Amino acid sequence: MSEPPAAPLTTADGVPLKVSLRRTVRRSKIKALLLVAPLLAFLFIAFLMPLFEMLWRSVDNPEVSTHLSRTVSALEGWNGESLPDEATFAALAEDLREGQQERNLGLLSSRLNYEKSGMRSTISRTARRVGTLEPPYRESLIEVNNTWGELDTWKLIQREASPYTISYYLAAVDLQLSPDGEIVQVPEHMQIHATLFWRTLWMSAVITGLTLLLGFPVAFLLASLPARHSNLLMILVLLPFWTSLLVRTTTWIAILQSQGVLNDVMVALGVIADEARWQMIHNKMGTIIAMTHILLPFMILPLYSVMKTIPPSYMRAARSLGGKPFLSFRRVYFPLTIPGIAAGGILVFILSIGYYITPALVGGQSGRFITNYIAYHMQTSLNWGLAAAIASILLFVVIICYLVFNRLIGVDKVKLG
Amino acid sequence: MKAIIRKRVLKTGIAVVGLSTLAVAVSAHAQQTLNIVSWGGAYSMSQHEAYDKPWMEKTGDEIVNIDRSGNALAGLRAQSQAGNVTWDLVDMLPADAMIACAEGLIEPLDHDELLADAPDGTPPSEDFVDGALGDCFVASIVYSNIVAFNSEMFPEDDQPSTIEDVFDLENYPGKRALLRKPINNMEWALIADGVERDEVYAMLETEEGVQRAFDKLDTIKDEVIWWEEGAQPPQLLADQEVAFASAYNGRIFNAMVTEDQPFEIIWDAQVFELDGWVVPTGKLDKVKDYLHFATDTQRLADQAQYISYGPARLSSSELVSTHAETGIEMTPHMPTYEPNFETALQKDDLFWADYNDELTQRFNAWLSQ
Repeated sequence: MSEPPAAPLTTADGVPLKVSLRRTVRRSKIKALLLVAPLLAFLFIAFLMPLFEMLWRSVDNPEVSTHLSRTVSALEGWNGESLPDEATFAALAEDLREGQQERNLGLLSSRLNYEKSGMRSTISRTARRVGTLEPPYRESLIEVNNTWGELDTWKLIQREASPYTISYYLAAVDLQLSPDGEIVQVPEHMQIHATLFWRTLWMSAVITGLTLLLGFPVAFLLASLPARHSNLLMILVLLPFWTSLLVRTTTWIAILQSQGVLNDVMVALGVIADEARWQMIHNKMGTIIAMTHILLPFMILPLYSVMKTIPPSYMRAARSLGGKPFLSFRRVYFPLTIPGIAAGGILVFILSIGYYITPALVGGQSGRFITNYIAYHMQTSLNWGLAAAIASILLFVVIICYLVFNRLIGVDKVKLG
Repeated sequence: MKAIIRKRVLKTGIAVVGLSTLAVAVSAHAQQTLNIVSWGGAYSMSQHEAYDKPWMEKTGDEIVNIDRSGNALAGLRAQSQAGNVTWDLVDMLPADAMIACAEGLIEPLDHDELLADAPDGTPPSEDFVDGALGDCFVASIVYSNIVAFNSEMFPEDDQPSTIEDVFDLENYPGKRALLRKPINNMEWALIADGVERDEVYAMLETEEGVQRAFDKLDTIKDEVIWWEEGAQPPQLLADQEVAFASAYNGRIFNAMVTEDQPFEIIWDAQVFELDGWVVPTGKLDKVKDYLHFATDTQRLADQAQYISYGPARLSSSELVSTHAETGIEMTPHMPTYEPNFETALQKDDLFWADYNDELTQRFNAWLSQ
């Protein structure tokens, strides 16, 4: 004898409960999605799109293939051992003639000038006279500008004809392509970016270490003092945090410069002679001091939030089991704060890698970061491809830091307050 | 060295005719707002006094000044890529104008059609100094990069006077403030090292020449404070933080005259260049009346009452009078004044268009050594 099939559970209006439940869940999901839709749209437009645009620009290389299209196709199959044939020169003349009429040779000449100084004027001077040139173009173009008679010029055009390039990435780490297409170091007197990457990384590490050294005791006090005192202390931590970054940076200039407060006090106290005032700003020291101060709250707050959750009874237990103060601290308390140290550390480190205004204002020449060169290439040299490549490398560094952090500590353990 | 500035006798009578035709040109004009980009500071002030005020009075237009000329090329590019050009007229250097023109960011200009004739009827193409009219560019001033010093920091009977003295730490000790760019510094280093002025740029195209310039700069590197904003050199000189400072001559003049600072300009080996207007693509119709007005003979001469930059028109130099505030004679303070101009070097824009990227990178690498 079998049991009769159980009637499916239904709601009051006869809809099966399962279906009704699913509908409700779906409806609330849609509601939730609608609520976060503005944020998602914002993130997509203001964060993801620029990010992809930047990555795209760091390899995008349309100039030669668009503006010298005829020359590029004439160069197909050229062996690179002797000057190209007359047809190629004629194609170049035609390309330049058209570019001059449309007035769009500027980006092309900038692009080629990055690879070979002198190409900008070569192109602009040739384009100006190309209307009056007579065949044979090989002779007449070389006569206008003998750069066209150099094999390297043509190798360059052939190489940069590809719609994507790695030259920006190479330039970002002080490498370049030789005329024969091999990757070589740029001459020593031109090397700058690799040094700056390295400097940015080690100075950020030092700043992170210093914020930890200074922030740990403060966070400990915050977490262990009675609320009355710790609230006051918290305000002291947060007050500078709410002050404008520029104000805090320029205050350090007033304090540290050679005619500044600190030097004046030291001279008045007779610690240093008036002629031997310390140079504490416009160098690495200035950047490290100012950034350590500015980034300190980012270390203190995660540390504090972790320490707050460590019951004081743990330390008491350790002591009652015979642990000396330092041993109990090292074996019991400290390991419990590691998620806070890690969260603060990764936060401060990633923030300082990307810092830009403070090093520009107080870093002088030696305390500058790679970020200052991104700004330079964005605003002054207008080499946006190179700026994008440097910025992308920084992005990769940050992603690697994050992955390492996730593997070692676990992102889920991070508490930010 | 070519004699750039030719003298021309002015026939004052015709000035009246010129002005009246201008009035006709202006009368058929609807009120509008013009966004004009310039350099800020004393320079924008001089433009405001000399061009904007009379123009606003005449037409009722509103003029908005934007201090973005320092990054004007980046701004033009960004606006053009975004398809929303908000600037109507931009003050920029001819080297930047050349690049912007080649990229099609700014309008090509037909100078004789767009600009006012000189009062004696000379067409603009003959009235402007050499190099003042580019394909897309019309200069308004001639300014100069000079080295100035604080005269209180040297004995009265032994004041520096040549560019060699700037590189002579033994006889003229003290810090030097120099622009944190290769431009001007490379030229001065070579000239101080004994290179003839007309060979400087040819020399800088060779590896030996560049190395020679850096070697010369090496001799003073430890004593140099590098500046980046035009307002810094007068300040550094006034504070006696430095003995010498490279600067734009107008800034030093203003400190000397209006603030009574004991500065002196070394006119030897001044590197002069032009500065002027470009019109962003698509804005020509909107600004051509203003451009016509702001570049006429009288306006350029008026500007020199406020700042010691020479007018780019030959016909204006005769009209240059006295400083508006202090009443001193302006002519001897102009870069183009004969005794100041004897050893002047014209900045080679084509050279810097080609080599600026490379030399700047090398210069930065040299700085961080």
